[in-house]
Amino acid sequence: MSFKFSLSRWQSFAWVIGTVLVTPLCFLLFESLQGDSEVFSHLWETVLWDYIRNTLVLIFGVAVVSCAIALPLGWLTAYCDFPGRKQFEWALMLPLAMPTYIIAYVYTDLFDYAGPVQIALRDWFNWQSPDDYWFFDIRTLPGAIMMIALVLYPYLYLIFKTALREQSFKLVQASQLMGLSPRQSFFKVSLPLARGAIVAALALISMETMADFATVNYFAVSTLTTAVYDTWLGYYSLTAAAKISGIMLLILFIALMMERFSRRDQAVFERQSGVNSDALYSLKGKHAWCATTFCCVVLFFAFLLPVAVLVGYAISYAEQAWSDQFFLYAWQSFKVAAIVSIITIGLSLLVVFYQRIAKQQYPLIPGRLASTGYALPGTVLAIAVLLPLTLLDDKLNAWLEPLGFVPGLLLSGTLFAIIFAYVVRFYAIAHGAIESSFMRISPSLDMASQSMGQSQGKTLRKVHIPLLRRGILTAGLLVFIECMKELPAALLLRPFNFETLATHVFQYVSDEQLELASISALSIVVVGLIPLYFVNRSMEQRS
Amino acid sequence: MSSLVLDNLSYQYNGTAVIENLDLTVAKDEIVCLLGASGCGKTTTLKAIAGLIEAKQGKVFIDGKLVSDEQLFLAPEYRNIGMMFQDYALFPHLTVADNIAFGLAKMPKAQKQQRVDEMLELVHLIGCAKRFPHQLSGGQQQRVAIARALAYKPSLLLLDEPFSNIDTQVRFELIADIRRIIKAQRVSAVFVTHSKEEAFAFSDTLAVMHRGKIAQQGTAEQLFSSPSSKVVAEFLGQGIYLDAEALTATEYNTAYGRVESFAARGSQAQLGQLYIRPHHLLLTAVSIGEEGINTVTIINSRFIGSHYVYKVMIAQQEIEVAAQLDQSFKENDQVTIKIKPHTVNFFAS
Repeated sequence: MSFKFSLSRWQSFAWVIGTVLVTPLCFLLFESLQGDSEVFSHLWETVLWDYIRNTLVLIFGVAVVSCAIALPLGWLTAYCDFPGRKQFEWALMLPLAMPTYIIAYVYTDLFDYAGPVQIALRDWFNWQSPDDYWFFDIRTLPGAIMMIALVLYPYLYLIFKTALREQSFKLVQASQLMGLSPRQSFFKVSLPLARGAIVAALALISMETMADFATVNYFAVSTLTTAVYDTWLGYYSLTAAAKISGIMLLILFIALMMERFSRRDQAVFERQSGVNSDALYSLKGKHAWCATTFCCVVLFFAFLLPVAVLVGYAISYAEQAWSDQFFLYAWQSFKVAAIVSIITIGLSLLVVFYQRIAKQQYPLIPGRLASTGYALPGTVLAIAVLLPLTLLDDKLNAWLEPLGFVPGLLLSGTLFAIIFAYVVRFYAIAHGAIESSFMRISPSLDMASQSMGQSQGKTLRKVHIPLLRRGILTAGLLVFIECMKELPAALLLRPFNFETLATHVFQYVSDEQLELASISALSIVVVGLIPLYFVNRSMEQRS
Repeated sequence: MSSLVLDNLSYQYNGTAVIENLDLTVAKDEIVCLLGASGCGKTTTLKAIAGLIEAKQGKVFIDGKLVSDEQLFLAPEYRNIGMMFQDYALFPHLTVADNIAFGLAKMPKAQKQQRVDEMLELVHLIGCAKRFPHQLSGGQQQRVAIARALAYKPSLLLLDEPFSNIDTQVRFELIADIRRIIKAQRVSAVFVTHSKEEAFAFSDTLAVMHRGKIAQQGTAEQLFSSPSSKVVAEFLGQGIYLDAEALTATEYNTAYGRVESFAARGSQAQLGQLYIRPHHLLLTAVSIGEEGINTVTIINSRFIGSHYVYKVMIAQQEIEVAAQLDQSFKENDQVTIKIKPHTVNFFAS
């Protein structure tokens, strides 16, 4: 096979990819600005403000709880030495692998009226009925805040810890020599310096919180995400769903701006080179004990307990959970994830290679356009993908009908929709991973290859791709894992009778029968642990 | 009263001794330099003085007050020490004025402002108060760092290689400037460096450190003219060793002829080695009739503007010797070598 593409050919590839992948977002923006829809005005006049309020309270609450958990953890692991510090440092990231709906289910099961905790309390105090005592209800907005924060705090923990590590210890030492206690120097030096990192992490957490569908749906807390879902599946109104999505885009935009802005701040402060790995304070006695206990408690509630409960389910219900269904859905998930990984890698290789060889202006634009989908919450993405696909289906059917052939929902009603949506959503991950390994390849290699008479296509094939092998594998793996975990988009876009592991688990969560899908749930957790291994390894290399 | 006394200080890191039974005294208003190769324990000593590490053996006194021994450890915030770091450690989120005022938290506002103004004037940075550290040049940042460290009138100032990030062209100007500031504020200081030029230019006395101990403490002249050990002699400048026999306390016999000393060193018939520095050597053209006596071969020659530098091999040791411009030799030329009379460094064997 011979590659003989001129630059303009590469350029048109890149631009086509960029344009196609940004199309859903454009359709969504266009649709959300369209004239009134009846369903939307009805929602606007009745419940929409409650949904907006719930969403904002949820975001704010998760941010506050995450701060309360992650800031002390980050400070302890970055600056202090105490028993177990090295192990906690990576173990505290583990909750990221836990889907919120699983943790929500487990805690509901534990804390419900019929759950072991309340039963034990009733036995203990001899209470007879719910009127005899007060117990918190977990299936509420505060409950959802706790559940989501338990899973999302690691973002803040990781980013804050890294920011502290990258601050020179000397700044803290200087402040101490000038008379500040460790506590004062935390508030006057470390915290202000890490402010940008904290804001960036909170922006990320807010985006993830807003995108959460499963927990709020399961807890019956109405937010904008559930509204999009219900509007489409309840009223079949794409326009209204698009308009609600538009509101979410606005919140998203604010979060993104916050992140950008705080990064600019950070650029000025991050002048220190090198990363500290030693501890600044060595905790002893009571302090060390408190630090270890705090880490243990967080890790226990955010990860160990839910996993233990899942394992317990899996053992007790092994026969039902280890079913043919599990293998079928695992295979279907695997298939979709593998196809999406291969497509995103292929596309991002083309776009990144174009960026490298481009001599025109704005070579980065196609990649940027193609990456916009990543920020979209799953439900919003699903609506955005449905808009152009249903339109295309309509047109196709209209063209083909005179020929006596009615293909039906060829695009929007088949696996194509799910795969396209995943590609739009996860392209950015592959692009990022491949771009960063591309940048490590010296440009003189390209020149050497070309000076020896190789075309650009051959250079890509014979020089770059072999050198990029690790980057490509990482990219593929990360996309694969995200596809395995993705839930809301799959729920909205899956063809009739098609289930992935995630939709399967969620189905059972909704039916209060997670026990029967416990092996599927554990598989999702295990798959989610893989990227954490990479994060941990890259952090260790840095220090 | 001494500003600082280290008494038998020791510190281990992961089982290896970094500081071993170290004694050091810094007199009031004195600038002492801890001079030594990297890894000799000088920065660790500085950290132990500041309380940034906990030295469990030996005593540290600051202004006569015990701050650290086997039982007691006073945290850094209670030691009233000023420190200037290698990378200055200026707070990037605070302005110059706020950086300088950082250690003045307990002072009333008006007094604080006055002190900041004084310090800005002292370091010639009036008008930079509202700027942020990243908006300043390296030299300006350094002056902010010294102003910040002196603003709260510390009992002792510690300087950890503060000049190593400065261009060589302006380094010695800055050294003189910082020395002027410290002397004007009448504060005792301990300065750490591996560069003897910086040490000579900056400090009143030098303490050469080797393997966690003070090898010798004294003025630059004392260390240079009568080093107590080969380590000190070598650290203060390049040279070669010649086997020698003391004929009298001021006269020595070597393979390259007799060497006269201005001051008494060895005793009669004592065997040992002389440490000869390049400027004690004289290269001359071989005169007729003296071929073969004290001749060496020029290995290579370099012209560096004001003079020539010739590399020669003496007693199996290479050394570079400077020579005036009127003495021009080429590679492989034979030259006669003479050792000028000087105050010898004699190490008895």
